[in-house]
Amino acid sequence: MLLAAALFSIGLFGVMTRRNTIGILLGIELMLNAVNINLVAFARFQGTVDGMVFTVFTICITVAEVALGLAIVILIFRVRRTVIADHLDLLRG
Amino acid sequence: MSNSAQLALIALLLPAGAFLLLALAYPLRRSGRPAAWISILFSGAALWNAISSWRASDAETFTRLLWEWIPTEAGPLATIGVLADADSTLMLILVAGVSFLVQVYSVSYLSDETPPSVGRYYTYQSLFAFSMMSLVLAPGFVQLFIAWELVGLCSYLLIGYWYQRPEAARAAVKAFWTTKAGDVGLLIGIVLLWRQTGTFDFITLLGLVDAGEMPLAGLGVITFCIYLGAVGKSAQFPLHVWLPDAMEGPTPVSALIHAATMVTAGVYLLTRTVWLFRLTPDVLTLIGWVGAFTALLAATLACVQSDIKRVLAYSTVSQLGYMMAAIGAGFAGAGFLHLLTHGVFKALLFLSAGAVIHAVGTNDIFAMGGLGRRMPQTLIVFLVGTLSLAGIPFFGGFFTKEEVLTAVWVGGLTLPFLMLVIAAFLTAFYMFRVVFIAFFGTVSDHGHAGAHAHDAPALMTIPLWILAMASMTLGIGFAYTHPRAEFEAPGWITPLAIVIAVAGIVLAWLTYQRRVVDAQKLANAFAPIRYAAERRFWLDDLFTWIYRGVILGFSRLIGWIDRYLVDGIVNLLSAWTLKFGDELRGIQSGMPQDYVYAVAIGVLLLVVWSQWPR
Repeated sequence: MLLAAALFSIGLFGVMTRRNTIGILLGIELMLNAVNINLVAFARFQGTVDGMVFTVFTICITVAEVALGLAIVILIFRVRRTVIADHLDLLRG
Repeated sequence: MSNSAQLALIALLLPAGAFLLLALAYPLRRSGRPAAWISILFSGAALWNAISSWRASDAETFTRLLWEWIPTEAGPLATIGVLADADSTLMLILVAGVSFLVQVYSVSYLSDETPPSVGRYYTYQSLFAFSMMSLVLAPGFVQLFIAWELVGLCSYLLIGYWYQRPEAARAAVKAFWTTKAGDVGLLIGIVLLWRQTGTFDFITLLGLVDAGEMPLAGLGVITFCIYLGAVGKSAQFPLHVWLPDAMEGPTPVSALIHAATMVTAGVYLLTRTVWLFRLTPDVLTLIGWVGAFTALLAATLACVQSDIKRVLAYSTVSQLGYMMAAIGAGFAGAGFLHLLTHGVFKALLFLSAGAVIHAVGTNDIFAMGGLGRRMPQTLIVFLVGTLSLAGIPFFGGFFTKEEVLTAVWVGGLTLPFLMLVIAAFLTAFYMFRVVFIAFFGTVSDHGHAGAHAHDAPALMTIPLWILAMASMTLGIGFAYTHPRAEFEAPGWITPLAIVIAVAGIVLAWLTYQRRVVDAQKLANAFAPIRYAAERRFWLDDLFTWIYRGVILGFSRLIGWIDRYLVDGIVNLLSAWTLKFGDELRGIQSGMPQDYVYAVAIGVLLLVVWSQWPR
């Protein structure tokens, strides 16, 4: 659990501080894996396989999400010629 | 054999039928002349039924037909129907008769109008005849009030007959609103009376009064409110201002509505419910004073008018004042008799004035002059009407006017009696002023209009002759048979009335015919009164000021409150919302990482909050 918490914090820190979009994606991956570790740990504590099944699902979805995220980043790069998140402020109010 | 009420009901429904026929059959109404003759036919039949109804009635009893209306759990709230007795059927004859003659007269008078306008005119005329008859025959206050408003509507429509003329449209609106001011009082009075007694029915109320069971508390307010309705409708001071302006309508309309029938509705209402008013002597005294004052005021106003119709209009106001004074003195019979004769001879005067206006094309008496030679028939009938109005023996108005004077004297109203005597003098003066200026003398310098004038066509003169005959018959008839003496008359009143009337005529003759008395000097002698009368005693100004200053000022105040206070609060709220939103916009930086910060901090706060030891 501590490992998971540390991993989550590192991921969150990455998401918040990295200026590169790809770095942010990596941070999100770390956070997701922290969740996976959490799920496995809970499965062990409970003695059931539910957590494991969820983890498998999460990994599948993560793969799809990374593919999608990278595709978006590549598209953004093509359109805006940048991958720096601070420059992507089209939704500024 | 049908009884009085059934005949009266037929008389009532005939004009209603004519109205519906003309109103619904569009091509018929647009056709003009045929519509006129249909209306006249129905009106003549109504007159015939009215006369039969009167012959079938007698003074002591009444007959009525009632239908229940507005059902409630505790029985019907009101009844509608007809109540026929000697008074109502007599009035019915007056209404039907004058209405019939006016309609015949109008065929010729309105011959220059387009057919659709003529059709519209006759539609209104039929509606008016129905409304007025239903007012006359009303068995209770509810029907009376409905008919009361209907005649007001017809008056509005007919004054505004030439609605393209702004003065006519303004006069129509003025008449409507001024009478409406009184009508509100009438409505309040009726409702209050109903709360006190639980009935609208005249006969039931009369029974209560006779049995002495009428609750007296608050009755003064009720009768005063009902009287307010009569003040508006019968053009009593201070609500008389609408009647002279109502002369913007066609002259036959003035004859029918604003001289013979509708304006007498107020007097009729008081005659009808006089037993109620007898219980409140204070209100009766007020009626007498206001009536006498109105008579005098209107008579002075009539002396300075140069418009023939306005002279007649003010004389109508004045005569209505006479009737009210008689009622106020407690002798409604005298007022009612004067109403009947006045209806006949004033319709006659208006119709002959209409013949003059039709021939000359102007209302201004100073532009006429010397018409007597060119329009001999019109002169004779106008003279009959004038002598009746002035109160010369053997003419229509003589007996009833003297009766009114006697009634006021016997009723103990000394000062109003004096006012009425002065008004009688002025009446004779201003009427003969019109006669001498318009019909005698030379054709005036600044008026060439009368040069080609001639008597009106037969359709107009025949109704005039009928009315003149009726006026004479009434006068001579009353001279031999006193209808019903309610009181002992002191012997000196008859000579006084004659002397006063003759004096007025002589003064007019000296002033405007022989020119012994200089009209200018005469005017100067009464300069303040003349000055005030020419400005209508500032009453119109007062009402305009009340309207402009008080009512519009109040509206402006309310408008200001709405615009700045109510709207202001709403606008302030919306401005705050906008401003707040503007401030909040800054948070939306558009940068995803800021949002992640916010979410992370939020989650952290939630965790801290949920774990905080309590």
